[in-house]
Order: sequence, then structure tokens, then C-alpha cells
Amino acid sequence: MCYLPIMMGAAINTDAFYDQLEELGKRLYIESQIDIPPDVRAAIDAAMERESSQVARGIVNTMLRAMAISDKKHTLVCQDTGFPIFFVTIGRGFLIDGARLIDALTRGIERATVDHPLRSSIVSPITRENRQTSTGDGIPVVHIEFSKEIDYIDLLMIPKGSGSENMSFLKMLSPSDGINGVKKFVMEMTVGAGGKPCPPTIVGVGIGGTSDLCTLLAKKASIRPLGERNPDPQIAALELELLEAINATGIGPMGLGGDTTALDVHIEAAWTHITCNPVAINFQCWRGERRRAKIYADGEYEFGY
Amino acid sequence: MAEHRLTPPLSEDDVRAMRTGDVVYFTGTIWGIRDATYIAMYDRKRPSPVDLSGSVFLHVAPNVRKLPNGKYEPMTVGTTTSMRMDRFTEPSLRETGVRAIIGKGGLSEEASAALKSLGGVYLAIVGGAASVETEQVEAIENVYFEDLMPECLWEFRVRDFGPLTVAMDAHGASIYRDVAATAQERLASIYAKLGIT
Repeated sequence: MCYLPIMMGAAINTDAFYDQLEELGKRLYIESQIDIPPDVRAAIDAAMERESSQVARGIVNTMLRAMAISDKKHTLVCQDTGFPIFFVTIGRGFLIDGARLIDALTRGIERATVDHPLRSSIVSPITRENRQTSTGDGIPVVHIEFSKEIDYIDLLMIPKGSGSENMSFLKMLSPSDGINGVKKFVMEMTVGAGGKPCPPTIVGVGIGGTSDLCTLLAKKASIRPLGERNPDPQIAALELELLEAINATGIGPMGLGGDTTALDVHIEAAWTHITCNPVAINFQCWRGERRRAKIYADGEYEFGY
Repeated sequence: MAEHRLTPPLSEDDVRAMRTGDVVYFTGTIWGIRDATYIAMYDRKRPSPVDLSGSVFLHVAPNVRKLPNGKYEPMTVGTTTSMRMDRFTEPSLRETGVRAIIGKGGLSEEASAALKSLGGVYLAIVGGAASVETEQVEAIENVYFEDLMPECLWEFRVRDFGPLTVAMDAHGASIYRDVAATAQERLASIYAKLGIT
């Protein structure tokens, strides 16, 4: 008989831990919709500086006002509470019950929706039934990954509105289309989306992998903090090249014309099959909402973006 | 670019005086409407409970709180994507006498033609800036089609509601069309720069 080598350690198994996790899930869902990340604020400020069109300046000014009002009154910036999505990265040394973690985060979302109250935007795709809890089969979306680079649990919440999520695209290009096919697809979809994803957007692009990995990469790209480049210099150059190209289209804030169509372009890539050349796009609207908590081994936690 | 400060109901002259790029503010009554109410009124022919001639429609998806006295308090009032409701533009102008539609993302060429022939405008609001809108909603005066919650017909009393940009006017002009045409025109040189043939 064979046995798997199992590391014996201190498994996290107390009710108190998962209760705390539920509370964190609740706070992250609410806070992410009130407090816009500093990098996004800086990018909107920069857009205000850059815009030459009067209509565009008026629009960006309203965006700045919306954030200022929410800061002061502690209210949601957008009415669309969106899809609740968690990216959980578990660092070294945590023996955590993944199923309990998902349950706790789901309860946190439900409590945020009922107690705050928030609008529940989640329905059955067949009957369109709404449980009024922002949850349902498969929702919240919880991505769990493991990392040897960190010694904490990284809990990142992104509430994703439907205006931008509805403008998500995947194409399985041919290898002969090359990287130029990828660039062309990004340009065509961005121009086609126009004002619908609430530009200026953060354009997340996934290149390579399988179809499912490619769309996940695009989503991850869309939530990377603004100004951070892909560590691969070739991909980083492609990000800047596409950012300039997208802003040269003149689509502008809310699609009404202007110099800022995208706040940034982020690309995440994975290797793919010799016969494949997939590309996916995921837009994040101008608010770039995200909020995170880092939970350390001693139970301490801190909030960030 | 002119600025229009108006109190609905609007006349045909009011909207014919607006040109794309103008800025509009409303004080008074505007009507929140979206998918379910449109379907009820124009597909299922449920008669409107109120006279909506000269009215202003807002494509809205509000967060509300019901108070013990049965009234609704606005929590977060924000505007949704108009394209989903595009096909109701013509009947709402023709059958109901609506003069202005407020939304985000724009409407189709068919809707633009209806705005021109029947005398209506599409006013673009800043999507996602709901906290600004919410401050400008003084009260929810009435709620009709309550069975369609939250997609009811909402009667909002607003003050200085805006700024709204005239994005599609009653003369057939459309900023969305112009912006799309410009983008298409520029793509050739953008592709050349990207090395795309």
C-alpha cells in the first residue's frame, strides 16, 4: 500500500478564524465599492490634465466628483454591485480548509447584501430568479491559488459591473495570425465596445494558454494596479504600444470622444499549444474597484488595494 | 455649446433647440424606467398609470430602502446601459410622447432616426458616477408597477440633475456615430504604426 506524504502542521480549524473571514469578505465587498484605489484616482487625475475636449473634461470632472462624494458620505460610487469575485492567494505554511473558506466568503457577501443593504444583481441564467443575496450557484466566484513567494493569505475582492463584463471577448486565433492578429483583435474589440464598458477602461488582455486560462489571464490583467508593467520586457512593451494605439482612436471618456479611452493596458500571458493562438479581453470600468486584506500567520490582518 | 436648464414636461421646441455637445440640467420630475417596465408597457400593453407626454426617461437601476410608511428612500441611484432597451425608443416617443431619454453607452441608428422624426433627444450621463446622481435625487415621489421590483416605474423629484450631454439630437446628429467614424478612420494609421497589414 502507498501513502501520500502529508505534511503534519497546525491546520486552521477554529470557528473563530472562519467567522473572521466571513466578516472580512463582507467588509471587502462593501468597502471596494466605496473607496477607489489610489492608483486609479491618480490615473483619473492624469486624464483630467491630458484631455483637450471640453465634453471629455466635463465627464472626467463628474468622475472626480463621484469619488469625492463617496469619500465624504461613505456611499457606493456605482449602483451596480456587480459580480462578487475573490482572488485568494495562499502563502507558505497555511493549512486551510478551502471548502470552509469558500463558505465563509459566501456568507460574507450575503450579509453585506442584506445588512447594508446592497442591490443583489445575481440571478439564475435560466429562470432569472434573484435570491436577493448577491450569491447563487457558482457565485461568488472564488479563485484560489497558492504561492511560495508570500507568507500570508492575500484576499482580493473585485466587484465587477455588468457594463464592462458584458464587453468580454475570446478568440482562438491561428498561429499564422501571429502577435499582429492579437493586436488587431484588441483594437477591433476596443473600438467596437465604444462607450459601453464605461471608459476610460483598464484593458486586460490574456494571451496564450487554453480558452479558459486565457480568459482568466485577461481578468487578472484587468485588476493589476495601474502603472505596474508585466515583468517580461517584450510584453511590457506591447502593453505600452497598445495603450498608445487605443488612446489614439479618440473614443474617449464614456465613448463621447477624447484623448483617454484606456487608463492602462495590462497583458498576462501563458504558453500555449503549437496549433493555438488564443487572445481574450476583459475590460474594467473607470473605477477599477478592488480591495484586499492580507492575513498573517499570527492572525493579524491589514487592508490594502 | 449651449446649456439648457429645464423643468419637464418638455415641448418639441425644447428638444429641437438642443444640439449635440450641449449640456442639460433638469429640475422637477423625471421617470426611472428599465427592461421590465418597458416590456410591460410596450410588449404586454399594460397601460401607463400616468400621463407621460413630454416626459424624461432615465435608464435607471436604483438601490432603494423601503420605509415603514411604505415610501421608498433612494440609496444609490445610477444609470444603466441603454442599448438593451434600444427597441423601445420609437414606441416610447410615438405612443407615450417621451421627449428625452437619459442613459449611458448610446442608442442605435434606428433610434437616432426615431429621435429625428418624432422629436426626441438622447442625453448621456456619466456611467458609474451614481453617487453624483443620488445627491441630485431629492425624493422618490411615487412607484408604479411595484410588482416588477426593482424594475418599476420610478417617479423621481430631482434638482439640477446633470450635467447631461446631448449625445443624439432631434436633428439626426449623434456623437457616438461621429466618434465611431473617427476611430475607424484613424485605425488605418494606427495599424500601420502597430505593424499590422
